[in-house]
Amino acid sequence: MSATIAAGVITPPSIEYSQLCPMLLVFGLAVAGVLVEAFVPRQARRGIHLVLTLGGLAAAFVLTIVVASSKSLFRDHAAGHVAAMGAVAVDRPTLFIQGTILVLAFVSVLLIAESSHDVSSFAAQAAAIPGSAEEREGLLAGITHTEVYPLTMFAVGGMLLFPAANDLLTMFVALEVLSLPLYLLCGLARRRRLLSQEAAMKYFLLGAFSSAFFLFGIALLYGFAGSVRLSAIAAAASSDTGSTTLLLAGLALVGLGLLFKIGAVPFHGWKPDVYQGAPTPVTALMASCTVVSAFGALLRVFYVAFGQLTWDWRPAMWTIAILTMVAGALIAITQTDVKRLLAYSSIAHAGFILTGVIAATAAGLSASLFYLAAYGFTTIGAFAVVTLVRDPAGEAAHLSQWAGLGKRSPLVAGVFAFFLLAFAGIPLTSGFTGKFAVFQAAVAGGAVPLVIVGVLSSAIAAFFYVRVIVLMFFSDPAPDAPSVVTPSVFTSAAVVLGVVATVVLGVVPQPLLGLASHAASQLFVR
Amino acid sequence: MTTVAATGVQHAAWLMLAFPLFGAVVLLLGGRRTDRWGHLLGVAAPLAAFGYGLACFFALLSYPAAGRSRDLHLFSWIPVGGFRVSIGMLMDPLSLSFVLLITGVGSLIHIYSVGYMAHDTDRRRFFGYLNLFIAAMLLLVLSDNYLGLYVGWEGVGLASYLLIGFWQFKPTAAVAAKKAFIANRVGDAGLSLAIMLMFATFGTVNFSGVFARAHEAGPGVMAALGLLLLLGACGKSAQLPLQSWLLDAMEGPTPVSALIHAATMVTAGVYLIVRSNVIFDLSSTARLGVQVVGAVTLLFGGIIACAKDDIKKSLAGSTMSQIGYMFLAAGLGPAGYGLAIGLLLAHGFFKANLFLGAGSVMHGMDDEVNMRRYGGLARLMPVTAATFGLAYLAIIGIPGFSGFFTKDPIIEAAFSKGGVSGALLGTAALIGAGLTAFYMTRMVLMTFFGKRRWEDQAAAAAAGAGQEGEAEAPHQQPHPHESPQVMLWPMILLAIGSVGAGAFLATGDRLVNFLAPVTRTPAAPPGIVGPYGLGALGLALVAVAAAWWMYGRREVPAVAPAGGVLVVAARKDLYGDAFNESVLMRPGQWLTRLSVYFDNRGVDGLVNTFAATVGGASGRLRKVQTGFVRSYALAMFFGAALLVGALLLVRL
Amino acid sequence: MSLYVPILVLAALSAVFAVFSIVMGSLAGPKRWNRAKLSAYECGIQPTPQPLGGGRFPIKYYLTAMLFIVFDIEIIFLYPWAVAFDRLGMFGLVEMVLFIVTVLVAFAYVWRRGGLEWD
Repeated sequence: MSATIAAGVITPPSIEYSQLCPMLLVFGLAVAGVLVEAFVPRQARRGIHLVLTLGGLAAAFVLTIVVASSKSLFRDHAAGHVAAMGAVAVDRPTLFIQGTILVLAFVSVLLIAESSHDVSSFAAQAAAIPGSAEEREGLLAGITHTEVYPLTMFAVGGMLLFPAANDLLTMFVALEVLSLPLYLLCGLARRRRLLSQEAAMKYFLLGAFSSAFFLFGIALLYGFAGSVRLSAIAAAASSDTGSTTLLLAGLALVGLGLLFKIGAVPFHGWKPDVYQGAPTPVTALMASCTVVSAFGALLRVFYVAFGQLTWDWRPAMWTIAILTMVAGALIAITQTDVKRLLAYSSIAHAGFILTGVIAATAAGLSASLFYLAAYGFTTIGAFAVVTLVRDPAGEAAHLSQWAGLGKRSPLVAGVFAFFLLAFAGIPLTSGFTGKFAVFQAAVAGGAVPLVIVGVLSSAIAAFFYVRVIVLMFFSDPAPDAPSVVTPSVFTSAAVVLGVVATVVLGVVPQPLLGLASHAASQLFVR
Repeated sequence: MTTVAATGVQHAAWLMLAFPLFGAVVLLLGGRRTDRWGHLLGVAAPLAAFGYGLACFFALLSYPAAGRSRDLHLFSWIPVGGFRVSIGMLMDPLSLSFVLLITGVGSLIHIYSVGYMAHDTDRRRFFGYLNLFIAAMLLLVLSDNYLGLYVGWEGVGLASYLLIGFWQFKPTAAVAAKKAFIANRVGDAGLSLAIMLMFATFGTVNFSGVFARAHEAGPGVMAALGLLLLLGACGKSAQLPLQSWLLDAMEGPTPVSALIHAATMVTAGVYLIVRSNVIFDLSSTARLGVQVVGAVTLLFGGIIACAKDDIKKSLAGSTMSQIGYMFLAAGLGPAGYGLAIGLLLAHGFFKANLFLGAGSVMHGMDDEVNMRRYGGLARLMPVTAATFGLAYLAIIGIPGFSGFFTKDPIIEAAFSKGGVSGALLGTAALIGAGLTAFYMTRMVLMTFFGKRRWEDQAAAAAAGAGQEGEAEAPHQQPHPHESPQVMLWPMILLAIGSVGAGAFLATGDRLVNFLAPVTRTPAAPPGIVGPYGLGALGLALVAVAAAWWMYGRREVPAVAPAGGVLVVAARKDLYGDAFNESVLMRPGQWLTRLSVYFDNRGVDGLVNTFAATVGGASGRLRKVQTGFVRSYALAMFFGAALLVGALLLVRL
Repeated sequence: MSLYVPILVLAALSAVFAVFSIVMGSLAGPKRWNRAKLSAYECGIQPTPQPLGGGRFPIKYYLTAMLFIVFDIEIIFLYPWAVAFDRLGMFGLVEMVLFIVTVLVAFAYVWRRGGLEWD
C-alpha cells in the first residue's frame, strides 16, 4: 500500500456538489442553526430558526425538483447517477422520496413551531429534573429549547441521505445522523416529562440495539462480497461465489435494522411507547418522514442489493408483513390512548406498504411511493388534531376524554373523523387509493394470500377507526371534557394541508400516481 | 362516427357544470348571509350555463355533420391496472339538445320562482337545491361514460328528494319525498346493475367503448343489459311499474313540479334509452319491453289524469302519459329516436308552461289545488289563461301547434311498425291522444270557465273534509289576481315555445337530421301528416266535444260525484299504490322480518363471535406490550434469530 | 502469517510494559492509604458525597472527555490529509476546511453554552 501512495497513483476523489445540493443545503442550515443557538440572543432565536428551517426546507424542495428535471442527469435514458465516489445515488425514486420527506418535514415543522396554546410543545430546560425548582423557574421564565430546529434539520438531513445511500456504510452513517437527533427530540416534551424521557431512553436503547444488528449485518455482507457497495453485493450474490450463509445472515440482519425503523412486527415494540411519550409534533415527524425515509432505504436495499434473492427473502418478508398487518390492527382495538392508537395504526400501515415492497416490481415500487406520500400527509394531519384537544394538563390523549367531541367541536371532530376514514381506506380519500395501488401491485406480483390478509386486517382496523368516530359523535361529553384550543396559523396550515392532500389524492390521484410510476419506471440506479 | 377531442369554446365546457355547482355551493354553504342576493345568484348560474351551452351548440353546428361529436377529457380517476375510469364530457347533438332544454327552460323556471317563492323565508335554500339539480342534470347528459351518468343520475335523485320535501313541515311532503326516493332506488339498482354488467362484459363503461364492442356480446347479455337500463329509465321517468311516486311528488313547490317532474328530470329515462340506442338496436326483447312500457303507461297516465280533481296531479298523470309516448317512440328503434327527442323538447316547453300556469292559478287562489273550487278565472287572470290556453292547444295536437308536429308522427310510426304489435301500439297511442284531449279540455273548462265556484264559501268549506288532497277548508274567500310580472314573462316565453317549437323542430325533419349522427337516420323519414295523424286529430276533437258536454255545458258539482268503477279506480291512481302494497310491501315486510330473524340469530351470532375472538386476541396480545425495554429487546433478538434461521432454511 | 508478526510483537510489548509498570510501581512507590484512595474507582463520578435527588451526578468529566475525543478524532482525520496534502490538491483543502468549520461550530456552541467551564 505504501508503495502506491509514494508513487503518487492516488487520484483525488470528486463530489458532485450540484446533484447533492438539497442534502448539503439542509445540513448546512442545520450547522447554521447551531451557530444561531450559540450567538443570537434568546428572544430572537425562534424567528431566525423559523426562517432558516422553513425557508431551507422549501429551498431544498425546489433544488430537488431542479435536480429531478435535470436533463444531463437522466441523459440517454440513464436511471440516474451514483455521486460522491459511489456513496450516494441520485435517481428518480430517491428524488421522489426526498421530495416527499422535504414536504412532510415542512408540514411537521409547522407543528413544531406552534406556540399559541402553550409556549411550545418542548421543554424549558430538558436537563432540569421533572418537578424540581429549576424546572419551575424555566417554565415561569417562559423559555423553551430552540435547539429543536437544528436538531430537526439534522434529522431531516439524515433522512434525505438514508434512502440515497448507495453503500451500506453511508447508509449506517445516515441512519445514525437521523436517529440521534430524534432520540433527543423524543425526550424534550414540555408536559408529561417523565413519560417523554422514558420514551427517549427506550428509543435510544432499542435503536442502538438494532444499529448493532445492522452493523453486524454489514460486516457479514462485507465478508461475503468484499465490498459494502449495494451493486457489488448484488453482483457477488448473482455470481454465486462465497458463502451463502454469510450472505443470507447479513441480509437478515441488515433487513432487521431497516424493519426496526419502520416498526414491523416483531421489531415494533418501541413504536407505541415512543409515539405516546414523544412531543406530538415530533411524533408526527417520526410517523411521516422517518417512515418514508426508512422505507426508501428498505426499498433500495431489497431492490438493488438483494434483487436477485427475491426467492430467498420473500417467505420471511411475507411472514413479517402478515404479522405486522394483523398485529397492528388487532392490538389497536383495545387501545385507550389516541397516540398509541395512531402508533398501532402506523404499524398496520407499515404492513400494508410492505405488501407493495414484496412485489419487487416497478409497479410495487411506484405504489409504495404513492402510499408513503399519501399516508404521510394524513398522519401529520391526525397528530396535528391531537395537539388541539387539550385539558389543563396538556393534550387530552385518553380516548374517554374524546367522547362527545363532535358535539362541542364539530369541525375538529369532523376533520379527525375524516383522517380516520382515510386511514381505514374509505374511497375518495387518499387511503383508499394508496391501498388499492399496493394491493393491486401485490396481486400482480402473485401475492394473493397476502392481499387477502391485508384486506381482512383493513376490515379489523376499520372497526377501531369507526369506534373512535362513534365515540366522538354519538356519546355524551364527560363533565371534565377537554377543550379544543383555537390553533394558530401554523397548526391550522398543517391540518389544512393534511385535509387537502388527503382529499386531492383520493379524488384526483392521477397526477401523483403518474409521477410515482414515472419515478419508479426505471427502478433504482445501480 | 368518430369522436374527436373538444377544441375552441368547447374546450372549457366544464364551465357549464361549474356555474350551477358554484351557485349551489355558495347558496347552501353561505347560509343566511346570502339570503338577500341568493335568488339573483341562483338565477344567474343557469343563465350563464345556458349562454355557454348556446356557444357550445353553435360551435357544434359549425362542424360538418359527421364530426359533431366532441369529447372533453377532464381527468382520470384511479387508472390502476385494468380499472380505468376517466371523467369526461361528450358533446354531440343529443347531449347539447338536452343542455339547451335543461338550462333554457330551467332558467325560465328559476326566474318564475323568484316571484313564486317571494314570500318563503327559505327562498335561498330553494335556489341552492334548484342549482344543484341543474348541475346534476347537466352532468347526467354531458358525461361521456355510464359512471359519470350514474353520478349525475343520483345527484338528480337527491335534488329531487330535497325539493319534493322542501316544505318538510308538511308530513305529506316528507312522505312524498321519501316515496320518490325509494321508488327511484329500485330503478337506480337496475342502472347500477347494468353498469356492472357492462364493465364485466366489455371492461369499460365509456359510451364509445361499450358501443364499439356491443356486437361482440351474446343476445342474452344484450337483452339483460337493455332490460336493466329500462328498469333504471322507468324509475326516473315514472313509467310502469315504478310510476307511483310522481303523483305524490306534486307536494313540492310548483316550480319544482315544472322543472323536475315535467320538463327535465323525468325525461332522463328517455335520454338513457336514446343514448344507449346501440344496445337497444341489438336486442328486440329489450325494444319490445320499452314499447310495452310506453304504451301501457301512456294509457295509464291518461286515465288517471281524466279523473283527478287536483290540478297538479292531473298534470302529473298527463306527464306520465306523454313520457309514455316518448318511450313508445324510443322503443321503435332508429325510426323513433328522433321523434322521441322531438316530443321531449316540445313537451319540455308546453308542460313547463302548463305547470307554471297551474302555479300561477294556485298563487292567485291561496294555494288551492282542487279544480272543483276554481271556475271562471279567465277574466281575472287573462295572461295566465292565454298562455295556458296556448299550451293546451299544443298538447292536444291542434295543427300548427307543437304537439301536432311531434306527437302525431309517433302515432304514425307506431302503426307503420306493422303486424299485430304495430296495430296494438298504434291503437293505444291513438286512444291516448283522445284521452289527452279529454282531460286537458276538462282542466281548462273547470279552471278558467263556468261559474265562479270559489265564491260559494259555505259549500266549499262543507265539502272540504270529504275531498282528497288538501283537506283544509279556506277560511276566507280567495281573491284571485294575476301573478306578478316576474312570473308572467317566463310563461309568455314558454308559450311562444309551446306554439313554435314543434314546427321549428319538425320542418324538413330538422331535428331528426340533426340527431342522425347519434341515432342514425331512420329508414323512411316519417311524414308530418298521415292518415293516423288525422285520425288522432278527429278523435281529439270528439274528446273535446265530450269534455265540453260533461263539464262546459253543465254545471260542475263542487263535490265529486260517486262515479263508475273506472273513475273510482282512476282517482286512486289505478290502484298503483295498492298494488305496490300488496305485491311488494307485504312480502317485503315478511322478507325483512325473516332476514332480521336470520340476522339476529345467524349473522350476528357469527359476527359477535368473531368480534369477541378478535377483541380477546387483542387483549391478550396487548399484554405482550409490557413497557419493559428488556422484553422488547428480547423480542427483537428472537425475531432476529428466527429471521436468520428462516432465510438459511429457505436455501437448504 | 508474516502479516501478523508485527501485531504479535506489539501485543507482547504492551503486555510487558503493563506488567513492568504495575510491578515497579508497587515496589518503588510510597504507601500512604486514606479513605478516598481505598474506595472503588470509577472515572468521572465523585464517590463522596453521595449524589442527591435520586442518583444524579455531575457530567463535567464526561463533557470534557467527549470534547477530547472530538478533537482527538479531528487530529486523526487531519493526519492522513497532511500526509497526502499535495496530491489531494484543492479538493482536499475544501473538504478539510468544511470539516474543521463543522467541528468549530460545535466547539463554539459548547463554549457559548458554558460547556468548558468546570464550575
